[in-house]
Amino acid sequence: MTQLICIVCPRGCTMHIEEKDGAYSVTGNACKRGERFAVSEMTAPMRTICSTVRTAFPEAPVLPVRVSADIPKDRIFDVMQEINHVVVNTRVRRGDAVIQNVLGLGVDVIATSDMLYTSEGR
Amino acid sequence: MRTFDTVVIGGGPAGLAAATAAHENGAKTLLVEREARLGGILKQCIHDGFGLVRFQEKLSGPEYAERFIDAFHAAGIPAMTLTFVTRIVPAHNGGFHVTLVSRDGVETVETKTLVLSTGCRERTAKQVSIHGTRPSGVFTAGTAQHLTNLLGELPTRKCVILGSGDIGLIMARRLTLEGAKVLGVYEAKPTPSGLTRNIHQCLHDYDIPLYLSHTVTRVFGDDRLTAVEIAEVDDKMQPLPGTEQIVECDALILSVGLIPENELAESLGVEIDPKTKGPLCNGQLMTSVDGVFSCGNALHVNDLVDYVSESGECAGKNAALYAGKKRREIPINASKMLSYIVPQRLDLDADNRETVLYFRSRDIQNGCTLKMLVNGEAVFTKKYPFLRPPEMERLTIDFSKYPLDAASKVEFDIEVKAK
Repeated sequence: MTQLICIVCPRGCTMHIEEKDGAYSVTGNACKRGERFAVSEMTAPMRTICSTVRTAFPEAPVLPVRVSADIPKDRIFDVMQEINHVVVNTRVRRGDAVIQNVLGLGVDVIATSDMLYTSEGR
Repeated sequence: MRTFDTVVIGGGPAGLAAATAAHENGAKTLLVEREARLGGILKQCIHDGFGLVRFQEKLSGPEYAERFIDAFHAAGIPAMTLTFVTRIVPAHNGGFHVTLVSRDGVETVETKTLVLSTGCRERTAKQVSIHGTRPSGVFTAGTAQHLTNLLGELPTRKCVILGSGDIGLIMARRLTLEGAKVLGVYEAKPTPSGLTRNIHQCLHDYDIPLYLSHTVTRVFGDDRLTAVEIAEVDDKMQPLPGTEQIVECDALILSVGLIPENELAESLGVEIDPKTKGPLCNGQLMTSVDGVFSCGNALHVNDLVDYVSESGECAGKNAALYAGKKRREIPINASKMLSYIVPQRLDLDADNRETVLYFRSRDIQNGCTLKMLVNGEAVFTKKYPFLRPPEMERLTIDFSKYPLDAASKVEFDIEVKAK
């Protein structure tokens, strides 16, 4: 039996997972999302990462970004490397991709702020 | 002199929600913000997990803030940024004169009501008294976050984090992602201060060790920090002689607690709760001074921004609806089992049908019941599988269901099943 803490929401349920013939039974979770998270942790753990990318604009040297959906936990540092290569030189908006389909993982790296767009003046 | 119905001080998540709610309820509103951009601390909180309660989405701090900023601008509410409040004095008509300093000069505006959404500040190295030299490289977690996420400057290559508050945990992960080595998070208390999920997703995921009942006792270095001395502590958090060890690092990052920022409130004579370090408020989030409301982290330190916005909306709406009626208040008491409860007062003449209460348990409890007692008798109970001090609880109570008068004694208590 494996014990883990759910990170889906701030409730932080302590869950117990039992494996039997490749099927998992989860207890201790307060909701369905917890069960999905537990099974994913046992089979293919996924995480969101958030970081910043450099910009060409002096008033905002970095722009916050995140992946548009979860990525495999063991690819976090590979994606970080890609993120660290980016320099944004257009005034992208919140939700715009700064890297499309990063490393072929099927997710984009997207800007999470309008700060470059709005700093031109509303 | 420009006149307003409501002036909101502080343009973070609480102030944005308060100003928007005040405007929606018919108040001529002004928002005052000291920084160049609205959004408060969320501007630098680039990690995700915001808005899970409110939007059922995992947003980053800037995304969460900008949803409110967009709504605020769409409503056409005036905001003054790079503007500092230097003085608030009561006006003869029961309102207030607020003196503002901005790049345009000094201006005094008049307002009927005030919402103080001034947020909180981090405790600093000066407040945890660490011995040694005074080198550079000792930062609060918030300063490290500002440098990393807004200025794009990595403040350390190899660091130690003191305190297991949420910002410290978030920064442990953030600095690791950027290539710094976080040698460990040291917490003087026997239990972590941050949310359990942050211990897991920020420390365990990145193999960053957490040392409980340990503290930093000394710093070394002339120009730049070169090492810190770590010691184990006893149950009174006093360092144990003989357990000292030296850890080489170039930065010490402090995540040792947040304190509500209430200098303006105190200048108005607002009564402060020694437990929350924020104003004593009633169910409408009005402080002890008529017409002055408080919300967000200035009221009490929240762990979720969703509740910061909620309290902002409550304060803003009630500020707009404030009619100067006399109050008839009784205290809402918290037993020793709770570290605090907000609000701390109930105005018997106000609408208390959907009063939102926030509380924290003083200790970790498993299998317990929260009880509301009126004159010693339990009139409301709620079961909790567990309560943990770092995790604030929220509940809504319809006080109109209970016959309360000026002599009623209302108390909240936590009952733990006997083992």
